[in-house]
Parts: sequence; structure tokens; C-alpha cells
Amino acid sequence: MANQAHEETLALREQFDTEAQQKDASTLGMWIFLVTEIMFFGGMFLAYTIYRSTYPEIFAVCSSSLNVYIGAANTVVLLCSSFTMVLAVRSAQLGRQRAIVFNLILTLALGFVFLGVKAYEWNEKFVEHHIPGPGFHFEGIAQQGPAQLFFSLYFAMTGLHALHMLIGGGILTWLIIRTKQGAFTAEYMTPVDVAGLYWHFVDIIWIFLFPLLYLIDRHLK
Amino acid sequence: MITAAVQEREHYLNASYGIKSWLLTKDHKRIGLLYLATITLFFFLGGAFATLIRIELLTPQGDLVSSETYNKLFTMHGVTMIFFFLIPSIPATLGNFFLPMMIGARDLAFPRLNLLSWYLLVVGGLFSLFAMLAGGVDTGWTFYTPYSTSYSNTWVIATAVGIFIAGFSSILTGLNFIVTIHRMRAPGMTWFRMPLFVWAHYATSLIQVLGTPVLAVTLLLVLCERLFHIGIFDPALGGDPVLFQHLFWFYSHPAVYIMILPAMGVVSEIISTFSRKPIFGYGFVAFSSVSIAVLGFLVWGHHMFVSTQSVYAGMVFSFLSYFVAIPSAIKVFNWTATLYKGSISFATPMLYAFGFIGLFTMGGLTGLFLACLGIDVHVTDTYFVVAHFHYIMVGGAIMGFLGGLHFWWPKMTGRMYPEGWAKLSALTIFLGFNLTFFPQFILGYLGMPRRYHVYPEEFQVLHVLSTAGASVLAVGYMIPMIYLIWSLRYGQIAVANPWGATGLEWKTASPPPLHNFDETPIVTHEAYDYTTVMEEVIEVG
Repeated sequence: MANQAHEETLALREQFDTEAQQKDASTLGMWIFLVTEIMFFGGMFLAYTIYRSTYPEIFAVCSSSLNVYIGAANTVVLLCSSFTMVLAVRSAQLGRQRAIVFNLILTLALGFVFLGVKAYEWNEKFVEHHIPGPGFHFEGIAQQGPAQLFFSLYFAMTGLHALHMLIGGGILTWLIIRTKQGAFTAEYMTPVDVAGLYWHFVDIIWIFLFPLLYLIDRHLK
Repeated sequence: MITAAVQEREHYLNASYGIKSWLLTKDHKRIGLLYLATITLFFFLGGAFATLIRIELLTPQGDLVSSETYNKLFTMHGVTMIFFFLIPSIPATLGNFFLPMMIGARDLAFPRLNLLSWYLLVVGGLFSLFAMLAGGVDTGWTFYTPYSTSYSNTWVIATAVGIFIAGFSSILTGLNFIVTIHRMRAPGMTWFRMPLFVWAHYATSLIQVLGTPVLAVTLLLVLCERLFHIGIFDPALGGDPVLFQHLFWFYSHPAVYIMILPAMGVVSEIISTFSRKPIFGYGFVAFSSVSIAVLGFLVWGHHMFVSTQSVYAGMVFSFLSYFVAIPSAIKVFNWTATLYKGSISFATPMLYAFGFIGLFTMGGLTGLFLACLGIDVHVTDTYFVVAHFHYIMVGGAIMGFLGGLHFWWPKMTGRMYPEGWAKLSALTIFLGFNLTFFPQFILGYLGMPRRYHVYPEEFQVLHVLSTAGASVLAVGYMIPMIYLIWSLRYGQIAVANPWGATGLEWKTASPPPLHNFDETPIVTHEAYDYTTVMEEVIEVG
């Protein structure tokens, strides 16, 4: 096996021997990256767990001030975007370039719908004085501090999630341009594949955020 | 004649020229050298802060710097040395350079990501450097809340952003190494034929990948707290400052193993090479690296025995901390057993390896004192702790780094370093180090607290000894700096395998060709098989 047996292509970079090895490495790399993301979000989930168990009643009251219908609708939007992402990956496997672009644009659009709804919700918090800081006020609670903690965590967690959505949007845009340039074929579609993994991961984070932030002890009401 | 022949052969250093060929390189060997230059700069910067600290401590009064400046000095010494020198030291330089070669690969799995990692370290470093030049930061490298979030009037944000960015450099390096070890091994390079250096880096990468993101999110929360007063660490709003300590040490205790595990990998290579024996108990040493990485995540609470942590949690953390001694001792005993009946030669790398074993053993045993609840309460935040972790980080990690640098210098540069000077500097560093830090054990046990620049007069003799040792240590670090640079031009030309070592990296020319090997090697033997090396040496003559 000679050392520089092959010219470098997208599907076979010079450090790899076979295309399968390259695809394996890229996929493994993305999975490990997602593990680091779990640890990254994990710090905030830990803080949430501790403060929710310290102030269970206040967290329940604050949680019920969030609009559960908007949150639920947004969850559906995000799940649909995951579905279109899967369709994009499948189109890539079949080498159907136009279908890839179509599905990626749909995914991107659904992602922006989600972010738009999120922005509307954040704006509501401004109006209601539920933004942590000197102007914070939550009606009907004696301890304003822990109430503010709930909203701090709400903004930190949904904010970090939204940041990941924005990064995902950037990746999708890049993929759309590259697909139009004809970079992906049925033989080489690793970037679409690993971007799909990332997009689903960001979805799953929301699947955990939605019940933790919106649905606390709702049955008690 | 020989020089002419060497100049003709194409290798990674003369394959292309110019600043762009370095700043845009995807070659793991060149990126390793970029890292080497970067961390050397940070090492001497951190060393300059240490020098000022030691000069101030010559006298019991605060006559060189004010308390505020002193706070900044020890903070910036810690931040520079830990985040910008020790964490990237061995993995990003020697690991980057030799990990792919040792498993017979042409490069890491993601060369562009590797280059990005270096840029992230540089950008992170610039942020921290800016903070230092603009006025410094005084929280201690630990950034304890609520001081760092509510009270400190120094450049906490710029420093934290710098560390945050550099953290991603560390994460991506770890990710790259794990994928490379899983997917890029040459034919025949099974997991249990890998050199122990590679095993050590696998364990290190696990910590980098699992621990560093937690530090990142912790710093993010500190930034939010400082900028927007969100209350997570603020008791006034019902938050808990101790939560910060938990999150911080969840990374920062395993981070110690990011610094020491690669050094242990280096020592395994050196001990085997210069006693001409396979490492005794290869499997045990390999798995001891992994178990140190795993146990490292379960002991963070021993930094918090005097915080509000529950005393029962303290007992569990104390108990688990003792467990780290087991894999550590396995390594030390197996290195010693490797030496038994070995054909030992005292080349410079071997001197550093011996230094490592001695100093690491002292650092480790005093670690057991600190894992013990009762003693720890007595010596918490004293010079005993300072001495303990310098024995691990300087006596361990830097000895390993310098040993590895000398060991692989011929391969990296194609030149030999001057052996006499190198031995002298190894000896100087060992003596200087002990003179600097041994008195600090006594100081701490007598009650001298850390992070104070004014102290009672009866401590002065020990402080003077320590400062004298630091001067010797500084000279010891300067000598290699000078002769290594000198050797680039005037050093003796190195052959492919000057030490008669067994790793794949020695089976290719010095310096290596652009793609490491002329032909992808096929591995047929276990690691450290000296019979085949002897045959090859005899064949080549």
C-alpha cells in the first residue's frame, strides 16, 4: 500500500485510505461533539435541578406563567423541522439534488418560525417585567429572588438553545449553497448526514426544555 | 557530504516555505511546532509572574508590590500556566506530532480542525493577554463566586472569555485524538499494540471532551452573572455560590489529570527505551491511565472540604480520592519493575523520567495527606497545598514535557541536542525545583497561608530558601531554551533512530517526510519489542 496512492477529493481526504473510513471518522467525530454538547448543557440542567428542588412552589408558579400553548405549538414546529431534515438526508442518500435543497430550505424555514415564536415569547416577558434585573417583578410572590432565578434559568437555557439553532441555520445555509454547487452525491453526502445529527440534537434539547420549563406541576392547578 | 544528502531529501520542514505555509498548514507536525512556540511564550510569561511573586516573598513585609498587585500576580501566574501552558503542553505539541506517527497514520482525522484548535488557543491567549496588559485580574485562577461575579473590579470578563475560547481548543484536540485513535490505526496496530503514550492520550482526551464543556458553561454563567446579575451564584437572590465551586472543580480536578497523564505516557516511552525492556505489566499501565481519567471525575469535592458541602459528601469524596492512589501506584511500581534487570543508560530523557518518578511520588503521597479530611482542614489554603500541586504540575508535568521534548527532539528537528548541557540542565532543574518547593511543605504545615505577600518573620528563612531555589530553577529552564535553539543550526545530524527505540515514529526518517511514512507501516509485533529493533539496527549496520 503506497502512501500517497490517491489524489485528494472531498470524499477521500489525503489522510484517509478509504471513503468508508472517512465517513466513519466524520460520523464518530460528530457523535463525540454531541457528547461535549450534552456536558455543556448539563451544567445548566444541573443548576435548574438544584434550584427547582430548593424552591419547588415558586418554580411551579413561575412556570405556569409561561404560555404552554405557544410552547407546545413551537415544539411541533421543531419536530416537523427534524422530519424535513430526515427527508433531506434521505434525498442526499438517493442523490436527488433538488430534493435536498427543497427539504433543507423547509428545515431552515421551520427553524426560523421557531425562533420567531421564541422572540415573541421573550418580548412578552419584557412587557410583563419578567426579565431578570433591577426591573424584575412577579405578581403575587413574596420572594422575588427565587422567582427571578427561574426566569434567569429560562432565559439562559432557551437562549443557549436559540444560539444553537442560529448556528444550525448557518450550517443549513452553507449546505444549501454547497448542494447547489453540486458538492454532494449519493456516494458523498457526509456533511448533510452529520449536520442532520446536529439538528436532531438541538431538537432533543428542546424536548427536554419544554416540559422542564413549561409543564412544572401543572396538574396541581 | 552528509549535510548535502540531508538537504536534498524532502521532509515536512522543507516541503514548503514562507509564513503562509506555516499559518495555513494542515500538517499535524507543523501544527505541533506552532503549539510549541505558543506555549513556550506563555511559559516564560507565567514564569515572569512567578519570579515577581518569589522576589516579593523574600522579605516578610510587602515592599515590592501592593496587596492588590500581588493578588493579580498570583492570579495571572495561575491562569497563564494552567490554561495556556500546562493544559495544551504535552497533548498539543508532542501528542499532536507523535500520536498519528505512533499509530502509523498520515495525519490526525481532522487536520483543519487541528489548525482551528491552534487558532482558538491563540485567540483565547490574546484575550487573556489583553486583560493582563489592561490592568490584570485578581480573583485567583479559581474565579470563586461571589467575589468574581459581584465584587472584583478587575478584568474578569476578558480573562474568562479567553479561557472559554481556549477551552474549545482543548475540546477539539481531544475529539480529534479520540477519532484518530479509533479510526486511523495502521494495519496490525491493535489496541493492545499501541504505545502507552497513545493510551495516556486517549485517557486525557476523554477528560478534555467530558470535562472542558462543563468549565465552559460555568464561565458562561459567571459572565451572565457579572453582566446581567442573573442570580445563579448570588445568595441575595437565593442562588448558591458553592454551586460554582462544584461546577468549577468538576472540570478543574480532572484537569490536573489532563496535565499529568500525558507526562506519564512520555515517561513510559522513555523508561522502556533507556532500559531496553518492554514496560512491565503493559495492560495494567494502559488501564491505569483510563481508570485515573474515570476516577478523576468522582473526587472534585476534596477541594471543598471546608465549604458548605455536607460532611457526609466530604467523607465519600475523601474515600474516593484515596482510590486515585491505586492506578497511580500501579504506574510507579510498574516503571520500577521495568528497570529491574534492564540495560539502563542515563541519557537526558531518562534523567527527566527519573526526576518525574521521584517528584510525582512525593506529590502523590502528599495528595493522600490532603485527601484525608482531618489533615486537610488543618492545611487548607496553606503552602502545603501549593507545594503539593507544584510537585504534580511542575515536578510531574513539566519534567515529563521536557523529558519528551529531549527524547523526540532529534525526530522533530533532525538534530541532536548537546548531551552534556542537557544533563546539566536536567540536574539543575531537579535541584532547583526541590529547593523551591520542599520548604513550602514545611511553611504550609506551620500555618503559612497561600495568597498573602506579608507574613510573620519566623517564616523568612524558608521563604528565602524557596526564592533561592526558584532562581536556580529559572536558570535550569533557560539553559534548554538556549541550547535547543542553538542545536537547530549547529546540532549533530540525527539518524532515524538514535535511541534504538521501538515506536513506529522511529521507523521513518528524521525529520519525517511530509506524510510521515514512505509506505504505510504494517504492524506485526507488540509495543516495545526490542528483538526486532536489534535485528534492524544490525541490518542497517
